[in-house]
Amino acid sequence: MSDIIQTGFDREIQPNYLYEGYKSTLLRAPTKPLIMPKKADLTLSGPVFKDFELGALDSDLTKNAVKNGEPLGERIVVHGKVTNEKGHPIPYTLLEIWQANSSGRYIHKADQHNAPLDPNFSGAGRCMTDAEGNYKFYTIKPGAYSWGNHPNAWRPNHIHFSLFGGDITSRLITQMYFPGDPLLEFDPMVQSIPLKGRDLLISKFDLALTEPDFALGFRFDIVLRGHHATPFENQ
Amino acid sequence: MDNRNLQTPSQTIGPFFAYGLTPTQYDYEFESWVDNNMVADLDAPETIEISGSVFDGEGKTINDALVELWQDDGEHKLYGRFGTGTDEKNRFIFKTIKPKSVDGQAPFINVILFMRGQLLHTYTRIYFDDEANLNQSDKILNLVESERRNTLIAKKTEVGYTINIHMQGQKETVFFDL
Repeated sequence: MSDIIQTGFDREIQPNYLYEGYKSTLLRAPTKPLIMPKKADLTLSGPVFKDFELGALDSDLTKNAVKNGEPLGERIVVHGKVTNEKGHPIPYTLLEIWQANSSGRYIHKADQHNAPLDPNFSGAGRCMTDAEGNYKFYTIKPGAYSWGNHPNAWRPNHIHFSLFGGDITSRLITQMYFPGDPLLEFDPMVQSIPLKGRDLLISKFDLALTEPDFALGFRFDIVLRGHHATPFENQ
Repeated sequence: MDNRNLQTPSQTIGPFFAYGLTPTQYDYEFESWVDNNMVADLDAPETIEISGSVFDGEGKTINDALVELWQDDGEHKLYGRFGTGTDEKNRFIFKTIKPKSVDGQAPFINVILFMRGQLLHTYTRIYFDDEANLNQSDKILNLVESERRNTLIAKKTEVGYTINIHMQGQKETVFFDL
């Protein structure tokens, strides 16, 4: 537990608050400089998930909202490892995921995109990393959808991820993309990421993770800020 | 430098997080694992309500923000989460207890804020206006120019405290780079 050197957001990797190509940032980005306390003056901690109990189907979005059949679309299995910046695995941390269905429609009541809902798919799930920091969940490959940011704007296929890590500075909400998606180069969300970090959100197709006759495999590794080991690393 | 792995970049939470992160609050069929009730006994005398709104640069309340609170005074480690889309005034509302002062610091609650239009989340803090002496000597509060310090200080009400968060403008809330 000697690794309590703290690092801030890597400004060569992380998007800025204000990115004009993404119009909603204009009225929501802080305009004044952020206050930077000395790391020594912060006592850092955050929620821990050692005893967290997942529902039996939480990590299988192909099954967790079934009403009268299986959801439509390409089944995929997403694997990855969650580590800190030193490459140490982050065990027993919670991942929350949400996404559109294979037609590019969210079940969210505010989503008005003119594409069909799937009665057997909600697009919400959770999973935990294991003792080695690995996670896995099954889902349906999300579809692209249009949005109002600019004329003919389309979001590339993506899955939303929420993670905690060891303390509040390692909190992360992000989006996983798919390799070869032609919409990536037109998407202001992706383009808001400095070039050095842009490819880090694109998952990799992996034939070795692909389950024969069932689901295509993708790998998406996640690096959370900081060097903190989680509180249970020594247990 | 050393061989650090590159941080995974942040992306916006977007407008459609509710059924994934706060499903019970928004009446979706998936069960939330956490909500805005941070204490077990909501009727205990020490339970307080903290509420407020999040405003955009035009002074309009934001109805698709996710507000997370984390407090740790050594004795109580409490986490809560609430979306601003279910209250008719777009408020966030939490039930918790006031944290204790630790090592002479002013008591405070960490706020992690997400919303459509934020590619990276913001951090702020909630301090309490009935802790004037501790607030005045607090190391972190003293990093903030005096005329902006009140953006971090919640006002006492009959049931707890209120504090508004302003993303921009004259009353822009102080955000931290943690």
